[in-house]
Amino acid sequence: MAPTGSFRREMLEAQAPPAARTGRLRWLQENLFSSWPSALLTLLSLAAILWLVAHVWPWFAHSVWDAGSLTECRAIIRETWGGGASGACFAVIRERWQQFLFGFYPRELYWRPTLAFVLMFAALAPILFAELPRRLRWFAVAFPGIAYWLLWGGPASVPLAVYAGFAIAWLVHRAVAARASELVALVVAVAAMILWWLHLAGPVARALPILELQPVGSSRFGGFTLSLVIGVTGIAFSLPLGILLALGRRSQMFFVTTMCVGFIEFIRGVPLITLLLVASFLLNIFLPPGTNFDIILRVIIMVTLFASAYMAEVIRGGLAALPRGQYEAADALGLDYWKATRLIIMPQALKISIPGIVNTFIGLFKDTTLVAIIGLLDPIGLTTAIRADTNWNGIVWELYGFVALLFFLCCYGMSQYSQYLERKLRTGQR
Amino acid sequence: MTSIDTHQEPFRLGMLLNDTRYRSLTIQVFALAAFILTTAWLVSNTVQNLSALGKDFSFSFLGSRAGYDINQTLVPYTNNSTHARAALVGILNTILIAILGCGLATVIGVLMGVLRLSGNWIVARIAAAYVEGFRNVPVLLWIIAIMAIITESAPAPRAFRGDEASASMLFGAFAVTNRGLYMPWPVLGPGWQLVVLTFLASLAAIVFLRRQARRRQEETGEILPIFWLGTGLFFVPVLLVDALLGGPITLDYPVLERFNFAGGGFVDKALLALWLALSLYTGSYIAEIVRAGILAVPRGQTEAASALGLRPRRVMSLVILPQALRVIVPPLISQYLNLTKNSSLAIAVGYMDVRATLGGITMNQTGRELECMLLLMGFYLLVSLGISSVMNWYNASVALKER
Repeated sequence: MAPTGSFRREMLEAQAPPAARTGRLRWLQENLFSSWPSALLTLLSLAAILWLVAHVWPWFAHSVWDAGSLTECRAIIRETWGGGASGACFAVIRERWQQFLFGFYPRELYWRPTLAFVLMFAALAPILFAELPRRLRWFAVAFPGIAYWLLWGGPASVPLAVYAGFAIAWLVHRAVAARASELVALVVAVAAMILWWLHLAGPVARALPILELQPVGSSRFGGFTLSLVIGVTGIAFSLPLGILLALGRRSQMFFVTTMCVGFIEFIRGVPLITLLLVASFLLNIFLPPGTNFDIILRVIIMVTLFASAYMAEVIRGGLAALPRGQYEAADALGLDYWKATRLIIMPQALKISIPGIVNTFIGLFKDTTLVAIIGLLDPIGLTTAIRADTNWNGIVWELYGFVALLFFLCCYGMSQYSQYLERKLRTGQR
Repeated sequence: MTSIDTHQEPFRLGMLLNDTRYRSLTIQVFALAAFILTTAWLVSNTVQNLSALGKDFSFSFLGSRAGYDINQTLVPYTNNSTHARAALVGILNTILIAILGCGLATVIGVLMGVLRLSGNWIVARIAAAYVEGFRNVPVLLWIIAIMAIITESAPAPRAFRGDEASASMLFGAFAVTNRGLYMPWPVLGPGWQLVVLTFLASLAAIVFLRRQARRRQEETGEILPIFWLGTGLFFVPVLLVDALLGGPITLDYPVLERFNFAGGGFVDKALLALWLALSLYTGSYIAEIVRAGILAVPRGQTEAASALGLRPRRVMSLVILPQALRVIVPPLISQYLNLTKNSSLAIAVGYMDVRATLGGITMNQTGRELECMLLLMGFYLLVSLGISSVMNWYNASVALKER
């Protein structure tokens, strides 16, 4: 039987959705005006943004880049844009930017920190991006020595002698391990290395002064060079130290655990500034009479210890988050403690703790500004010094904005990299 | 039938190194020996150095006259007071900034964390910009910059003078000047204790009432109008007692005099800058913690609660918040701890906290670096350990009871 009633015989063309449900209009409706409170919030936010732009834009538009003092700046702004105009005085950045970047480093030697900075990226690249050939990592190993030599100058034999210590440890370890147990070999190798550094490295380095650069004292370091030197060294050393502390805290050995817990909780319980005060006032009292070493080195040691305690807690979190089966499987394969840790436990635990590790790095880099309080001239110390200068007395936004921008770029870059790394290492376990 | 050989190897010296049963003992003995030797070495160095400098190790300096002034104190203090008194003033100032900062940071952080999850695109972007902006710039920079902004941009007290004053007081009561904030302050007349006692009693009554109401609801299902009862109890008795006693607690408003404001309460600009900077900085971390906590509650929970017929407000208070708080509270408390430790940067703006009195002027005047640093670190350690034991107690009390 044929169907009765009215029905359609031909297909209809698909119609476009109603205008209010597509494209920009729909987006606006859904994201900005979905309800009355939301619409009100949108309007309030727009008003706030407009107000901000209306105040900040003229300030930027009326900026002065060429002047010798704040009064001169203001005079130029008044002449050009009339009495009531407000404008930025970026002349201070133009005059002082070299100081902000290099501190009081000799002007004709600026190429040395710059070169070290560029080489730092060359050294970091093979670590940060796994696509690059692994052999390039040897440059990352050599970089600390090169950077030291470039920044502080002096003969290249000093960092070479330090590296020789590692080579000696490796050779001794190989020689002893062939005859005695692994543990004995390790202890003997470390002892040989320390003996070399304490007693032989200095005379050897002095006897063979090769490739000598003009030495630059620590007192001339400042600005972002100082922040980067403290920050990068702290980051590089706090990760391995933090790993050791985390392993120590989780170990079965009572004394080792107690010492690690005591160290970690002590460091985490006091503010960094008290540790820096210890570095600047007390460290000499704890060391043999007559010892006196560089304030920057002391600060680096303290910052590293401080960050390593936080790092240890982050990595301990990663170790705890690892399923027990992984530990048991590693034991079942017959791997010893160090092999299991190196090949199975650590790669996974570190992957889990990437966000925390990078947060600690960012925190460490921001904390390098605290050295301003013990009188080192990092960027913040420099802003205080510049504001005390009669020419620039009263300048606020330009200076702090500049320093904040530089720090923001570094820290935001690090957090973006950590998100990239997380995405890349996500192996789809869930 | 074969017997299992339970033969025990006799102990040999080599087993201390090669047998995992004994090796950990060897390592521990060596670690302990190294630790004791290092400590002894450090102590002997310290003793030698101190005697070479002609110093002894004693805390008697705490009893001698401090001789310096402190601009903001919570307890009576003059420059004739002792160093111990100065340290106490500093400790109280540290606690003051910690409490103020934690309060404001929580408010800002919760607000921004919720706004960042808002469905409104532009509001979420503004909250994100706030969080990224404050997290990625050192807190010391914020402290110093906010101090500089208050000093340079806020009006001087004389700007409030005259008919065509360029600045005006907020609500006729608060004046933000380049010296600090002037605000109304309560003046306690005779009988004020009674008003405060009444207030505390009504607070206790409210807590009691809520408990009763909950028990009643669980037993009978009847819901008491707890909100209106509570609000009434909060306001009525206190106002009544206050009126009966003739208003013993009054507000003293700041009044502009010849050069400056007089009367009322005064918050120094150093405290103000430190408070704002620490709260804004820590608030950006708390915002992320709150956001993560809310996101950690699976969507299914909301949907299941709605399916049970709960209204949105009840879904939030009975289902989402209890689960989110379990995730939020531990990192929140560690942020409070960070704020307290960051308050030691107060010296950058001249606020006299314990680091600036005991670890600053007292240390420089008496030359007792070792003793002062020990006391200072001890104080901070005490605060940290105290707060983390509270945190452990909380964690244990809210941990999922798994069986």
